[in-house]
Amino acid sequence: MAADKLSTARQRAEEALKSIGVSYSVEEGANFVEFIVDVARLKDAALALKNAGFGTVVSVTATDYPKKNTIKVVYHVTSMIDDEVKGAIIGVGVYLPRIDKPSMPSLTGVWLSAEFMEREVFEFFGVEFEGHPDLKPLLLIPPLAEKRPLRKDFVVREENIYEGVPFSNVG
Amino acid sequence: MAAEEGKVYVGNVDVAARRARDILLGKLKLEDAVDWATSFSLWPVHLTTSCCSTEFAATFGPRFDGEQFGSLPWVSPRQTNLIVIEGTVTRKMACAVRITWEQMPSPKFAIAMGACALDGGLFYNSYNVVRPWEVIPIDIYIPGCPPRPESVARAIVELQRKIRRKHLAGEWVRTGWRPDREPVKPKEDVCSWWRG
Amino acid sequence: MSGDIRFYGAFKDELGLKTIPSRRIAKDTYEIFIGPQHPGSGHMRIIIKVDGDVIVEAEPDIGYVHRTMEKLGEIRGWIKPIPLFERMAIHDACNITLPYVRAVEKLMGVEAPERAKYLRVLLCEINRIAAHLYGFAIFGIFLGHSTMYMWAMGDREVWIELAQELTGARLTHSYPVPGGVRRDIHDEYPDMVRRAIRYMRKRLEDYRKLFLDNPVIKSRLEGVGVISKKQVVELGIVGPNARGSGVAYDVRLADPYEVYDQLDFEIPVFEEGDALARTYVRVEEIKQSMNILEQVVDWLEKHKGEPIIHESVSSKYGPVHKKVLQEQRRAKLLPLHATMKVPAGRAIGRGETARGEVIYYVESDGGLNPYRVRIVTPSARNAIAFKYALPGHKVMDLPAIYGSLDYFPPESDR
Repeated sequence: MAADKLSTARQRAEEALKSIGVSYSVEEGANFVEFIVDVARLKDAALALKNAGFGTVVSVTATDYPKKNTIKVVYHVTSMIDDEVKGAIIGVGVYLPRIDKPSMPSLTGVWLSAEFMEREVFEFFGVEFEGHPDLKPLLLIPPLAEKRPLRKDFVVREENIYEGVPFSNVG
Repeated sequence: MAAEEGKVYVGNVDVAARRARDILLGKLKLEDAVDWATSFSLWPVHLTTSCCSTEFAATFGPRFDGEQFGSLPWVSPRQTNLIVIEGTVTRKMACAVRITWEQMPSPKFAIAMGACALDGGLFYNSYNVVRPWEVIPIDIYIPGCPPRPESVARAIVELQRKIRRKHLAGEWVRTGWRPDREPVKPKEDVCSWWRG
Repeated sequence: MSGDIRFYGAFKDELGLKTIPSRRIAKDTYEIFIGPQHPGSGHMRIIIKVDGDVIVEAEPDIGYVHRTMEKLGEIRGWIKPIPLFERMAIHDACNITLPYVRAVEKLMGVEAPERAKYLRVLLCEINRIAAHLYGFAIFGIFLGHSTMYMWAMGDREVWIELAQELTGARLTHSYPVPGGVRRDIHDEYPDMVRRAIRYMRKRLEDYRKLFLDNPVIKSRLEGVGVISKKQVVELGIVGPNARGSGVAYDVRLADPYEVYDQLDFEIPVFEEGDALARTYVRVEEIKQSMNILEQVVDWLEKHKGEPIIHESVSSKYGPVHKKVLQEQRRAKLLPLHATMKVPAGRAIGRGETARGEVIYYVESDGGLNPYRVRIVTPSARNAIAFKYALPGHKVMDLPAIYGSLDYFPPESDR
């Protein structure tokens, strides 16, 4: 049943993206599917998906790939009210260059539910969202957010459990 | 009848009356009286730092009945004399812990609850976790992840014993200092990140 | 400010949302910091701006319990994150770890045996009831209703005791593991569950008299903190808070996992969207969870002795472990679990906790550790509700709204 919903959702999303002429590539996961688009067309693609019924962001997932030198930001979206696709998760995302402050358009104007999650991605990865109403760290204190903790070059030591961690030592 | 034996529901009235008489007649020093009174009115402040709060809440629920030790969680730090660090203290929370601690009137005491408050516990290498003993002075540590409500009750009883054996409250009344330890000052300003 | 138009967060834009006017009212407002030390013991701060005693702007300042779960999940292998993630919602431990376990199972291509699935549902529903009762207790504190705190905390011990009988731990069970569960129930267990259900049904009747039908409580909750259906969808609010606003969204129905598609239960939905409706949803959910429990223990009684762990694990057992599995019905973890490798791939695990939908995005590069674990917990998604539901209400309504959202900061901050 869940697989049917996913194929319906995928079909619907592909139609929506094709209708506005956005070129995309598909990346499949075990039980979800992601559409990778160009940064310039991300907002159009998001609007098209929202009009196709995917009204709620469940996660703004960013992943750091130092080997490929990119940061991937995916908006995983679902529908909470549309029975045909309820429960299926699709994603729309972009690859960003792995620089100090990569920038991409904010989708808070499209999906309000992404507001706090974009702030999270900002503090953990340093991705700057243009047009976000209130872009500041959400969970971390500002000095810690400067260090971009979820990037792979921020290493957390696995030390001997009998060894104390100095108070001032962050990471 | 219970009343004839001097027992009402709260304990032995005869013993309490004798003790009150001793205090009034000067047989008991004022310091000892302060110790005795403080140890049975340890009111923890409502500051939950982390997830041990569920077991802390259960301690003061009906099954474990923490109020039988004269201890009642209270809302305002100005009217409390005990702080129970319930689990992990993060960098952001350390500031709140220190501010709450400084708001409380002396003599005041602290219990650190849970493995995280001892040495980080499961989060020993987390980048956002500080040890509470670097922020405020701790009197009693409770191990466990999370500690059972019985251990929290035990910690309160141990703290009562400690206060009366070491005259912590009485000495404070006499000298203005806790006899057993120097006041802990954080090595760095835990609130330095705030608004600046 | 005379002549200036004041908006108390009440005007609506084309989406039908309350938009917060942060510039319009600047002069005669006060900023109040509520928390993180406050009567409700929440580990969060809400910064509100008030005009008189009407809230015009609210800013949830969360992160006081951010314990870096996502980062630590990347360095601790595949098994050790289970007790780690459990600490997010410590009183809802099975519900919160099960989606992670299921995501790992999906990547490994194993599926738990049916009895293990029923046992997982058993503990999940016990946890759900206990978590709702905990929510009621804290809600009682928020409203200054100490009796509700005492009653709910006391009755929660019944369910805690059941969970302890099953797993050995009051709160941190670490019960589901990839491939199955760690323990089976003993013979008297189904009767214990039935006794608890009988007791709880009686108590819910008392709760109704004391709390839900109490005119004081009703007047504090009715029509307070209304979140419309459109807002729920737009803000991504989940769980009982969504179902209190007429959105019938429950992962157990939308994307059934374990054996929820074989069980007979309903999803209570209320249309009002106020604090009282959210409270009613929780009461109804306790009733539905008890219905599920009855069906589960019936099934478990009929299918004794079936395997509780996948044979890819049990086939590697030595004689001692096999004996423990057969005689004590305990599936022990093997040393090879510590150095377990999971095939490369990506999966999303989702489940319905007491507070709503939890999502784990798990990415594996075939190594000893997960490459990336992204966690979105229900409270993290509900946090945004404070910003959009509070404006327009009086300061006195804040505890009622806060309590009715059943927000648990350690879960939200991860």
